[in-house]
Amino acid sequence: MPAVQETIDRVRSIDLDQYKYGFETTIEMEKSEKGISEDVIRYISAKKDEPEWMLAWRLDAYKRWQTMKEPEWARVSYDKVDYKDIYYYAAPKRPAAMSLDEIDPEILKTYEKLGIPLREVEVLEGIAPERRVAVDAVFDSVSVATTFKAELSKAGVIFMPISEAIREYPDLVKKYLGSVVPVTDNFFATLNSAVFSDGSFVYIPPGVRCPMELSTYFRINERDTGQFERTLIIADKGSYVSYLEGCTAPKRDDNQLHAAVVELVALDDAEIKYSTVQNWYPGDNEGRGGIYNFVTKRGDCRGVNSKISWTQVETGSAITWKYPSCILRGDNSRGEFYSIAVSNGMQQVDSGTKMIHLGKNTTSRIISKGISAGRSQNTYRGLVSAHRKAAGARNFTNCDSLLIGDQCGAHTVPYIESKNSSAQFEHEATTSKISEDQMFYCQSRGLSNEEATALIVNGFVRDVLQQLPMEFAVEAQKLISISLEGSVG
Amino acid sequence: MIEIKNLVVQIEDNRILNGLSLTVNDGEVAAIMGPNGSGKSTLSYVIAGKEDYEVLDGEILLDGENILEMSPDERAAAGVFLAFQYPLEIPGVGTMTFLKATLNAQRKARGEGELSTPDFIRKVNAAADKLEINKDMLKRALNVGFSGGEKKRMEILQMALLEPKFCVLDETDSGLDIDALRIVSEGVNALRAQGRSFLVITHYQRLLNHIVPDTVHVMSQGRIVKSGGKELALELEASGYAEYRTEAA
Repeated sequence: MPAVQETIDRVRSIDLDQYKYGFETTIEMEKSEKGISEDVIRYISAKKDEPEWMLAWRLDAYKRWQTMKEPEWARVSYDKVDYKDIYYYAAPKRPAAMSLDEIDPEILKTYEKLGIPLREVEVLEGIAPERRVAVDAVFDSVSVATTFKAELSKAGVIFMPISEAIREYPDLVKKYLGSVVPVTDNFFATLNSAVFSDGSFVYIPPGVRCPMELSTYFRINERDTGQFERTLIIADKGSYVSYLEGCTAPKRDDNQLHAAVVELVALDDAEIKYSTVQNWYPGDNEGRGGIYNFVTKRGDCRGVNSKISWTQVETGSAITWKYPSCILRGDNSRGEFYSIAVSNGMQQVDSGTKMIHLGKNTTSRIISKGISAGRSQNTYRGLVSAHRKAAGARNFTNCDSLLIGDQCGAHTVPYIESKNSSAQFEHEATTSKISEDQMFYCQSRGLSNEEATALIVNGFVRDVLQQLPMEFAVEAQKLISISLEGSVG
Repeated sequence: MIEIKNLVVQIEDNRILNGLSLTVNDGEVAAIMGPNGSGKSTLSYVIAGKEDYEVLDGEILLDGENILEMSPDERAAAGVFLAFQYPLEIPGVGTMTFLKATLNAQRKARGEGELSTPDFIRKVNAAADKLEINKDMLKRALNVGFSGGEKKRMEILQMALLEPKFCVLDETDSGLDIDALRIVSEGVNALRAQGRSFLVITHYQRLLNHIVPDTVHVMSQGRIVKSGGKELALELEASGYAEYRTEAA
């Protein structure tokens, strides 16, 4: 038996039941009626105490959505979602908490189990100051807690659930909501526009460097619910913010839909760094259950010299359909995309990015690392385009795929379009297999099968891990090991 | 002490080793010479535990324990080390990271504590200096972009760090120029010690001018066909392998 065979078997035998976050919280919930209709949208809007303009926006989106078709171009196959059979709104019954003491203890316990600190005191006492992270915790359809609000507002930073921002900062929301991802952008984004329930809103005023990492922690708990979060981040002139999102869900035999929209706007000289550690429940070994992760994420480098950087570590979800993109509108603006996508079991990933060069001397960089194991399919799909006015645009793309075993697939689908003769695009791609010989070499030096695989995989993803905030890089590394081995951590 | 007894090995139905027996005593340096295709590299892989090979019969005892029942990493922890003819590249994995991971994995397997970072760095630097390995090389990914000579020196560096009981050198001289050959040989000679035995596999006598063996064994058709002292290597250099080819055939 070749040396690598054992690794393959091990990976194959990994029960995706290893999923650590698969527990369920029992809590009294309040839900809309099943399915989608104008009434349901009115119900959601009323629950959020929204102004009339917001309801009108949602209803308009719903009308348009009804005429749209689910996209079928991605390299994924799944049983179609029955949109009538989903709850579009589910929230813990207790009224929104004004302070942490009022939060349902069950929810606090849930986040504790997930390792997300919601009590500022605990964060302040327990952990070194540089690790302070402000957290917005979204539980099914609502935000249940946002930490460090007071301290952030001293710096002028607004960090709050988007449902609150709609009421408190309507002008900002009206100006930017839908300005990056238009209501009719695509089937899932339009659906989100109609029924989105919560998510985070961030505004960094001119010249401010956000004093701490911001993060949102998404948790799907309720059965048969879809999560439709909406995140909007605006970095005003000369500001900087680093933002991280994490995601988990309980283990269930049926599939659940997650259709989020994230919009980023960077004005002149501003920089947004957006990191994702996505670990939705991936389903079991036979492909039962798991989250359908159909997400639209886009950043608009609206100002000159602005910069948006996406970093993602994707290990979860049954199906991932996700292309965090940058519109490089401002001259000299820069977009970056760093991605690690791990698929195992029966997972299907179709992910990548779009870099749209509109302004002069805009630059972009794409580093994508796909790791496929089990019977999974992992596709990188990317677009790099330079429009007529994008003189001097430059892009560098590097897509590497690593295969573990012989039943998985890796695919690379790059689209490159240039309408400006001075644009320079580079594309590099490799596909490799962890070779038997590499494994044997490492083992002959004393490393176990698992240690050798972890070492080689970590070497493979190193360029991208370096882009994550340090404390999350360690987490991400662990997560990758768990996804592939089930033995480490 | 290593005792190989009546080893019979095949790969994909091709018999490569045909009842090979060989003993290497503690502190002894044994050389194995032989023509291409005589099974020299197979022997080294079977000792280290590569899984493509099917062992039909025989045993390999390291201090009385049959290592054929161990996985490659267990053999390493027990003291077996193979210096590869073609060392593998591990992209993205820093050389220091790799060295530390392997050393600590072996220590852990033997129930010893991990080496502290300062102690580890001191140890690596001392060994690197002896092998004229510059510090930049240690900062790069393991073996990636290394020249043939650099890779071989890195093998000997690993050997020095891991302090094995039984070292197998597979064609360590291939691809080395005169200077590199001298450096590598000196590195090996410095590791010669009472409790450590070596099996030096080579095609050519020239390596044995630098690493002077205690015993020389001629291998042909998967068997040891002649054994002697170091002078046997010189005889072979003069007469070639022709005699042994026919003898075995």
